[in-house]
Amino acid sequence: MFTEIPGIILMFVLLIILAIPFGRYIGKVFNYEPTRLDFLLNPLDNLFFKLSGINPNKQMNWKQHLGVMLLLNLIWFLLSMFILMNMGWLPLNPDKNPGMNPDLAFNTAISFICNTNLQHYSGESGISYLGQLVLMLWQFLSAGIGIAAAAVVFVAMKERTTEQLGNFYSFFIRSCTRVLLPLAVVVAIILAFNGAPMTFNGKDTITTLQGDTMQVSRGPAAAFIAIKHLGTNGGGFFGANSAHPFENPNYFTNIVEMVAQMIIPVAMLFAMGYMLKRRKLSWMIFGVMTIGFLILTVPTVLAELQGNPAIGKMGISQSSGNMEGKEVRIGSGASAYWSIATTVISTGSVNAMHDSFMPLSGMNQLLAMMVNCFYGGCGVGFLNFYIFVIIAVFISGLMVGRTPEFLGKKIEAKEMKIASIIALLHPFLILTGTALASYIYAHNPAAYAAWLNNPGSHGFSEMLYEYTSSSANNGSGFEGLGYGNGSSVGDNTLWWNITCGVVMLLSRFLPIIGPVAIAGILAGKKFIPESPGTLKTDSATFGIMVFAVIFIIAALSFFPALSLGPIAEYFGMK
Amino acid sequence: MKQHILPAIKLTAICLVFFSVIYPLVIWVIAKASPGHGEGETVSVNGKIVGYALEGQSFTQDKYFNGRPSAVNYNAAGSGGSNKGPSNPEYLKEVQNRIDTFLVHNPTVKKEAIPSELVTASGSGLDPDITLQGALVQVNRIARARNISNEKIEALIQSQKNKSLNGIEKLNVLQLNIALDKLK
Repeated sequence: MFTEIPGIILMFVLLIILAIPFGRYIGKVFNYEPTRLDFLLNPLDNLFFKLSGINPNKQMNWKQHLGVMLLLNLIWFLLSMFILMNMGWLPLNPDKNPGMNPDLAFNTAISFICNTNLQHYSGESGISYLGQLVLMLWQFLSAGIGIAAAAVVFVAMKERTTEQLGNFYSFFIRSCTRVLLPLAVVVAIILAFNGAPMTFNGKDTITTLQGDTMQVSRGPAAAFIAIKHLGTNGGGFFGANSAHPFENPNYFTNIVEMVAQMIIPVAMLFAMGYMLKRRKLSWMIFGVMTIGFLILTVPTVLAELQGNPAIGKMGISQSSGNMEGKEVRIGSGASAYWSIATTVISTGSVNAMHDSFMPLSGMNQLLAMMVNCFYGGCGVGFLNFYIFVIIAVFISGLMVGRTPEFLGKKIEAKEMKIASIIALLHPFLILTGTALASYIYAHNPAAYAAWLNNPGSHGFSEMLYEYTSSSANNGSGFEGLGYGNGSSVGDNTLWWNITCGVVMLLSRFLPIIGPVAIAGILAGKKFIPESPGTLKTDSATFGIMVFAVIFIIAALSFFPALSLGPIAEYFGMK
Repeated sequence: MKQHILPAIKLTAICLVFFSVIYPLVIWVIAKASPGHGEGETVSVNGKIVGYALEGQSFTQDKYFNGRPSAVNYNAAGSGGSNKGPSNPEYLKEVQNRIDTFLVHNPTVKKEAIPSELVTASGSGLDPDITLQGALVQVNRIARARNISNEKIEALIQSQKNKSLNGIEKLNVLQLNIALDKLK
């Protein structure tokens, strides 16, 4: 049973070894220092800017940065809606899959431009190859937006007073071509050589050894899976996501995909340390995040390795662990590790079905998304953490009776208001959504029987998970949602498409706008050099303070909901 | 903001060409050199394709090693798990039924030898593998159905098993059954 542990430790160690130098590289990219790929990428970037008539050297203030960001996303949304609704007759559709309904297209378009990749369709039957390739574009660009927004905040955190925070187009294109693209090419090639398909041919029909007829879906999957992980997007090419043998052929590709999805969020921390010359601050943040990650990971791995006690009672061997919804080549331990990794960061790709995890494992997955900043998504993970840092600075300042300062800038009422609103937005969206859905279901369980695939507390968890995943821009699901009562429609209904779409939209852009605004306002303030009285934000004590803030906000907001769902289920199984 | 609209549209168009056309084409060309040429690797017996190397397929007959239960009946035009919660009474009844059915087909096997993955549905519904233990508990049934000695089948299992990096000893059910068909 514990033979699976070394593989898990290997995945984590490999991540740290690769993330530190890659973080330094990202730091160089946004400091505009020379790197080895310049000979190839300088001309490429220049081509992008020349053809689109953009001057990448024009400085912007924080409002202009946000304006450009929102404008780009609006254009992408419109293009996405058009393709998704019309792909039935557009080219690259060998399987003759139909276009999407307006509400499903709305949900899917928002889901992919918001880096969420919540999927209310199945890749095999719900989308054409053209649709897949366009969604893949958003997997690059939405991750690029997140990284660029974090870069704006890094630049704003420098020790000086300025309104000029670089050029958004330049940060954005650099994120796509210099951070995401080189890794995507490498990962895609590794996947292709391990058996992930990369073809434009449609379904194949074969006769099996036993004589049955079997259809096999294929497609340009290798390229898609690489960026879905690197960009912390997580949308599967196939319905079963990375549990599908074509998406994740063996344990080696499992390691590659695991490291790929975590490397940029972790590397961003080291990039910040490099750009600000504050390595200790990087390590403080990394330490807090890692402790949070491990607190959620260890019990989950152990629970899944031990198996389902209800099945254990039937008298069979539990040596493989809880295997419902899991794959033999990956194993229950590595699946459990992945389930927490994919929820602390906002990937949301799955290599096992989260709906079938043990109750407390499901709770840890939910908690990971509720906190949403233990590493977090590409760029945005740091932005979420930044909000908690601001709150922690303010509270610590009050506790020791000094003016709260962060990196030489005074934190005042305006910044605190923004930070509080952003910190409360996430619980607000999750709990309101779940409350509304529960109300509707509870008032007419017969009419909405198809909503829930499982009875009792677990059914409640399915709804809670859907809104948590939407609001965390995660995109994984308790995929039983919508398949109750023999329904085949799934979560592709008007209610779930629209409400989840709205939640994803709000929880994507407000938490980017908030931190960029705070950082922009702070950058314009007078710089106060460090003195003996300054609160040291790169110390372990401050780390504990930030952790306490995160813990208290998560515990106060979410404990009641969790106790109705996974905790009740856990005690019900005893 | 107005002066940004046109550049933003143009930039989107260029990104579309680069990331949705050039990038996948480059990977597509490189994948041509991979073992399956990017089409998905197939397995043939006597020149006839009988399956995809990575995807499990349905084996229900007693003379073959049976794979794991599948929520999509091994129809690879779709994929997915059962999404049943661990405490769902209906689900637990289904697992109990699978155990009972297994015992009917394999009367010599003791209940505590059945590994959980043989009675639980996989995540993709296309899991190509079973564990070593999952293969060993089926030996008696297959030996009887094919009139071959247990030892020969056990030897076949030992020669076919492989250990992946996670320390789990597993067997590809399709490969195993092809080898089984060749066994005299």
